[in-house]
Amino acid sequence: MTKEELKIKIEDILPAATFDETGEWLNILIEAKAWYGFAKQIRSSRELEFDYLFCLTCIDWKTHLTMVYHFTSTYRRHTIVIKSKLDRNNPEIESVAAIWRTAEFHEREVYELFGVKFLNHPDMRKLLLTDDWSGGFPLRKDFEDPINMIRL
Amino acid sequence: MIEEVGTTTEGDLIINIGPQHPSTHGVLHLVITLNGETIKNVEPHLGYIHRSIEKMCESLTYRQFIYVTSRMDYLSAHINNHGCALCVEKGLQIEVPPRAQVIRVLMDELTRLASHQLWWGAMGMDVGALTPFFHAFREREMINEIMEETCGARLTMNYMVPGGVMFDLHPNFQHRVKKFIEFFKSKIDEYHELLTGNMIFVNRMKGVGFLSKEDAISYGCTGPTARGSGVICDIRKLYPYEVYSQISFEEVIETGGDCLSRYLVRMEEMRQSLSIIEQLIDNIPEGDFQAKTKAVLKLPKGEFYSRVETARGEFGVYIISEGGTTPYRIKFRSPGFSNLSALNHMAKRSKIGDLIAIMGTLDLVIPDIDR
Repeated sequence: MTKEELKIKIEDILPAATFDETGEWLNILIEAKAWYGFAKQIRSSRELEFDYLFCLTCIDWKTHLTMVYHFTSTYRRHTIVIKSKLDRNNPEIESVAAIWRTAEFHEREVYELFGVKFLNHPDMRKLLLTDDWSGGFPLRKDFEDPINMIRL
Repeated sequence: MIEEVGTTTEGDLIINIGPQHPSTHGVLHLVITLNGETIKNVEPHLGYIHRSIEKMCESLTYRQFIYVTSRMDYLSAHINNHGCALCVEKGLQIEVPPRAQVIRVLMDELTRLASHQLWWGAMGMDVGALTPFFHAFREREMINEIMEETCGARLTMNYMVPGGVMFDLHPNFQHRVKKFIEFFKSKIDEYHELLTGNMIFVNRMKGVGFLSKEDAISYGCTGPTARGSGVICDIRKLYPYEVYSQISFEEVIETGGDCLSRYLVRMEEMRQSLSIIEQLIDNIPEGDFQAKTKAVLKLPKGEFYSRVETARGEFGVYIISEGGTTPYRIKFRSPGFSNLSALNHMAKRSKIGDLIAIMGTLDLVIPDIDR
């Protein structure tokens, strides 16, 4: 499907979604609350069939956090980017590990490096950092490490 | 966090493999729950070589950050650099000269060969065959020497830069690569004779670590791991970059989904890589090896994503730029991280000895997983 067709289809599923077409792929901005229901639909819809989550990450914009999900359909070969703004002080979003199992590890990574809490995640523990880590969230912009040099 | 090592209330045994263990090929820590010798659960603990490369890159310029990426998947250093260079070029709309494009593809494929050779040697060793290791390293040395001559390094090359490659090819390059092709062609058959036909080896690989096509996609597996399960996922074919669209080569697909299928995919990929190199080595166009670029690169405000096929799968570079000389945020989508997430699913219900074979066919490079 082309960008335009994708846009029409997604407007059908979630009228509240807003779009940004400047990038290479269609960017869809949604409310965190609507995410899980919307995720289930884009996975199961026969015309969309987004079965491959190839990139899941988060961006710290200093005023808020943005979750970014990149999806491709391995049958139809179209790609979309889904973004959702989160409150920086209490970031919470529904986990999609039950729909795309690759999300389980990626969400654990975002959880420890950005502090985003994924609701209903099967195993919400630290993955990369040590278990007794208490130094904050390393990939947030205000993180400073007094011992290890990470800034040149 | 596992506090006690030993039996749990249900009578299961919990054992640790790693962080230092020969079969993990790096500092990977697996906590395994066993019932007798059957695996109930495998839980990877990562981060032993986590250097926070993504955070480091936020303070490095668009010329500097590429050097750090060689240290992620060090067996695909060229291809990592390539992915980053492509992303910066996409942002700045730099046209790469044809000569540089061909050199890049040649280097990529040589890297893929070297990586698969090392994997083949280590794979044999994982399942108890020591000889392949020596064969593989002998042949890999030839590629390392070719790299050394042109790039000045054997492992972390840092040869690809935004706009092209750093230096022109060494005058000996073509000659040596041709000699290598001649030499290595018969070696693949020898590899098959040595290991693939071995009954013990086949028994250890066949039907072990099954991963279905649907699961491979759901777990985000890419590269030979997914192609062994019948997933069409070769970035070189699906989203061709550089001159891949003009070369004839085949995407190797096996549908078995077990360790043997993944093994056969990599073996055949070596042949395909050889054929790509063969097609290009006599057709390197004359001209510049680097496009003219500004001394200070500034990406326009926006988001850029590029993907390349490393020896392990899809490597993605996601740059978020605010218009400055350094990326605002950068995300590396590493193939090993997603492939590893499928390990628990693949190893469940198999025997403890099979775990080593399964890990071997995933071809894990730990710095690539931890970043």
